[in-house]
Amino acid sequence: MADGVKPRVKVPSKAAAGEAITIKTLISHPMESGQRKDSSGNVIPRSIINRFTCEFNGESVIDITMEPAISTNPYFEFEATVPEAGEFKFTWYDDDGSVYKDSKKIEIG
Amino acid sequence: MLFRTMTVAAAMLALTAPMSAAGGADDDVLVINEDIEITTKAAASPLLDGHLDEVISGWHFRDDDTQAMEMDDFDNPGMIFVDQAIEVWNTAEGSEGKSCADCHGAPEEMAGVRAVYPKWNEDAGEVRTMQMQINSCRTERMGAEAWKYDAAPAINMEALLASVSRGMPVNVATDGPAAETWEKGKEMYYTRYGLLELSCANCHEQNYGNYIRADHLSQGQINAFPAYRLKNAKLNGVHDRFKGCIRDTRAETFSPGSPEFVALELYVASRGNGLDVEGPSVRN
Repeated sequence: MADGVKPRVKVPSKAAAGEAITIKTLISHPMESGQRKDSSGNVIPRSIINRFTCEFNGESVIDITMEPAISTNPYFEFEATVPEAGEFKFTWYDDDGSVYKDSKKIEIG
Repeated sequence: MLFRTMTVAAAMLALTAPMSAAGGADDDVLVINEDIEITTKAAASPLLDGHLDEVISGWHFRDDDTQAMEMDDFDNPGMIFVDQAIEVWNTAEGSEGKSCADCHGAPEEMAGVRAVYPKWNEDAGEVRTMQMQINSCRTERMGAEAWKYDAAPAINMEALLASVSRGMPVNVATDGPAAETWEKGKEMYYTRYGLLELSCANCHEQNYGNYIRADHLSQGQINAFPAYRLKNAKLNGVHDRFKGCIRDTRAETFSPGSPEFVALELYVASRGNGLDVEGPSVRN
């Protein structure tokens, strides 16, 4: 398993109903491509986050397939419309089967 | 952020060095997290009389996109390493079973420390950089092993200490017992090294704002170190940067942590007196 993996997200705590808000997400991860070799010539096995999803109250907001060419510490910034108060759930899927989760509540106000 | 009016300093400099290619420092303003205002341009200290009139942070010489990354801690990849350092700060290590926090409290208690380093240490009788002081804490007070100079743990900790001093002006002492080291650093700054016979001053004093091939030359200020560089996706230390510069002159370089680089760091830091601590910064 990759070391030091830490998800972080930035979501405003409040929004007007129907407002499009900006969400920023970042996960610290080496994103080893599987193309590189170590000093003795052996291939360093691929180890990346291969999928990232965001859901709001059970509804899919974004679902991303990630490929080996994406660099270290993948960062995504996207917009979401908030119709009601609720919770954003973020999930990252690692090649090694690990799943990293984070969530953020948002109020209407 | 294209060509803007040159500063008086740059205009005067044009008399001695041709400023043919456009693109001096820009006029943007650096505010981090919409909260911390950073002084990125300041009048040069009297020590620089005859050399520079204004000192300018390297932030002004980077692209808008790169600049923007530094303006929000979430967008600044360097803060990932600061987070890692906070964990280390609170973790007990070594034979004494102490953590940094046991003596120093919260990292915020160390605000202002980064701004005055490198600094003369009376007991040791030497000028110490941040990392030397951190290692002295580790070996003498914690009974832990010293970190390798400019290696990840050391540079991360330096970034943490820099982050809590952001917005405070650099103010390193150049007189008193530090004067001898400072003079040595100054001599190095104006010494031509390598097959290309370049001194620090050739690029960073006489030609800042110009391009050296595709690279936009800054004044080489170190107020913003450690710097997260997009080219290697990690934090970079001052000594590593010195090493890179000297290597680029096609010279044999000194080692990070060597007395030569400590002296050079003190001198270069003093050239930035008046600029605010800005690290961890984002650069190309």
